[in-house]
Amino acid sequence: MIGLNHYLILSGILFTIGLIGVLRRRNLLMLFFSTEIMLNAANVAFAATSNFYHDLSGQMFAFFVVAIAASEVAIGLGLLILVYKKENTLDLDDLASMKG
Amino acid sequence: MEGLVYIALFAPLVSSLFAGSFAMTPKKQFVGVISSLLLFSSFAASAILGYHVLTTNEAVHVKLMDWIVAGDLNIPFGFIVDHVSVTMMFVVTLVSTVVHIYSIGYMDHDKSFNRFFSYLSAFVFSMLVLVMSDNFAGLFIGWEGVGVCSWLLIGFWYHKADVTRDINPSISPSWAANEAFIMNRIADLGMLVGLFIIYWNVGSLQYDVVFKEIPNMTQIALTTAAIALFIGAMGKSAQFPLHTWLTDAMEGPTPVSALIHAATMVTAGVFLVIRANPIFSVTPDVSYFIAALGTFVAFFAASMALVNRDLKRIIAFSTLSQLGYMFAAAGLGAYWIALFHLAAHAFFKALLFLGAGNVMHAMHDELDIFKMGGLKKAMRGTYLYMGLASLALAGIPPLAGFFSKDAIIETAFNEGSLILWLMLVTTAGMTAFYSFRQVFLTFHGDERYHDLGIHPHEMYKYVLIAMSPLAILAVIAGFFKDGFNNFIINQLPNYQMSEHTHHLALYLGVLVLIAAIGGIVLAYIKYNKGLVRSEKTENSFIYKLLANQYYIPNLYESVISKPYAELSKLMWKNVDMKIVDATVDSIAKVIYKSGDKSRGMQSGNLSNYLNWMAIGAIVLLVMAIVSLVA
Repeated sequence: MIGLNHYLILSGILFTIGLIGVLRRRNLLMLFFSTEIMLNAANVAFAATSNFYHDLSGQMFAFFVVAIAASEVAIGLGLLILVYKKENTLDLDDLASMKG
Repeated sequence: MEGLVYIALFAPLVSSLFAGSFAMTPKKQFVGVISSLLLFSSFAASAILGYHVLTTNEAVHVKLMDWIVAGDLNIPFGFIVDHVSVTMMFVVTLVSTVVHIYSIGYMDHDKSFNRFFSYLSAFVFSMLVLVMSDNFAGLFIGWEGVGVCSWLLIGFWYHKADVTRDINPSISPSWAANEAFIMNRIADLGMLVGLFIIYWNVGSLQYDVVFKEIPNMTQIALTTAAIALFIGAMGKSAQFPLHTWLTDAMEGPTPVSALIHAATMVTAGVFLVIRANPIFSVTPDVSYFIAALGTFVAFFAASMALVNRDLKRIIAFSTLSQLGYMFAAAGLGAYWIALFHLAAHAFFKALLFLGAGNVMHAMHDELDIFKMGGLKKAMRGTYLYMGLASLALAGIPPLAGFFSKDAIIETAFNEGSLILWLMLVTTAGMTAFYSFRQVFLTFHGDERYHDLGIHPHEMYKYVLIAMSPLAILAVIAGFFKDGFNNFIINQLPNYQMSEHTHHLALYLGVLVLIAAIGGIVLAYIKYNKGLVRSEKTENSFIYKLLANQYYIPNLYESVISKPYAELSKLMWKNVDMKIVDATVDSIAKVIYKSGDKSRGMQSGNLSNYLNWMAIGAIVLLVMAIVSLVA
């Protein structure tokens, strides 16, 4: 039987993967993927707990997150294209221009 | 009437602000003229108020606004024009008006002409607040305002450098200004304590409330309040041992000296004793001390004036001495005589100082009377004025000084304090001697100024004309003695001589007169022909003691100033630098160092930033968990 804990563990694993991706990856595009994974890890947790408590508001939140993630990706990808056109690379190490 | 009170009080303030707005610009003649006109309007308002009080015999009491209202404490900005304060207002505004007009001529060549008028008017305004306030708090504000303005004015020529005491006994204008201010601060503490005691016991600082409560106060409270208030008066009126600032204050421009001595500063102490007479009259021990100290100062200051060579300092010592007379009268309970002497003294002392200013002007700021002589040819008007003022100071009838001083000496006799009486009579003789020593050395005899290559010239005409009201009053003020007595006893206790004294009054007066004339004759014999200096006298111990002001300034310096400076240096090096500064510096250093170390984080690499962000988030999470668990 798959219970709440399983879902939460899955969510935790996904979040960790996303976090490691954010921390370790050097490519901006990959950073976006990683944040998407983290957002969806949260979605899984929302949906699972919502089902557990028989309360729909968790799922509503999940929809909101999906909507916001979609708009964020739309803007983010647009910016990425601009950055790529300007700098010809998406590697963070090469983009470091504001060293203090 | 209310409007007149405000005109009398605020015209000097307007004048000060007006002149102040031109402070940074070059000399403008109209600033002086307008200031003088405003001061004159203040004088006119005071005179009308005086007439009003005289005819209706009612005090004018106005309340401008609430000032401090906190809990039980309620201090309004209230002003009262009664018999005492209207007398003071009349004297203060009259002398100030003359001094303002005089300053137009005297400060003619000074580049800070406008600034000078601003300070001068502010000085008068402070003094008017002091005398007109209807409560002790307002009096204290005026008291402090006078202190600040005197500091500004004594140090008016602040750019002059410090020199040693041998060359100039007051070292420098800014030194003298600081000395005056600090000495007054010491005394002001006493004054503040007195106010606290009064408030503590009565719960109010209004004069009428306080004086009504006196029967319900304990003798100890009254005595301590009287002592504390008198300490304040000692500082402002330069009584021993806080007297050294007064002669050093001669560093200020001469009109300022006239103002300080005649109208706006040193009389404040006497005014306080007169104003608070209900307190002092129920504390006989304190009052007797005041009388004794006053007599001592009268004698002590006159003795120093005997040998001084500085024209202005001689006059300053004479003020000190006359203040001693006033305190003697006030201490013996003859408050109205003290006030009368204050007014009479203001007229001839202002005249003396302004005359000294003319001499100084003519002599190119030379003040040593040993270098003058024979000036009467070049300066007829000034000679006349200073001669008159000196006669008044010496107490020759029918001039003002005779009536007021004689009354004080008579009071001392009447009270049976024969020692005080004898000292006051002796002092009267000394006063006559040193005043005429100064007159003869300045105006008579051989013309010693030729050696200095000076060609003295008389002051401007309008200045001499402006001084004439003072001269007239110095001559006639004495005739108003009985009228003044009838006027002032509506408010002050009426002090009358006993039958016995009344009987002897004529003989006593003649005795004083003999002392005074003896002093003048002695001065005439010694100095009229010219200056004869004798090495032997000048090297004698007593001469040196007097010339060095009993070595009191030196004593203060070696006993108080120098050890204090050493102590300050020690504290600065050991406590301030090693503890206080080190602590503050180390805080700054920690922040600076940590900033410098963490600067490396700012790599410009987004990935690094994200790592730091994650670390921060984890730290916050851990802290949240820890705080939840704990």
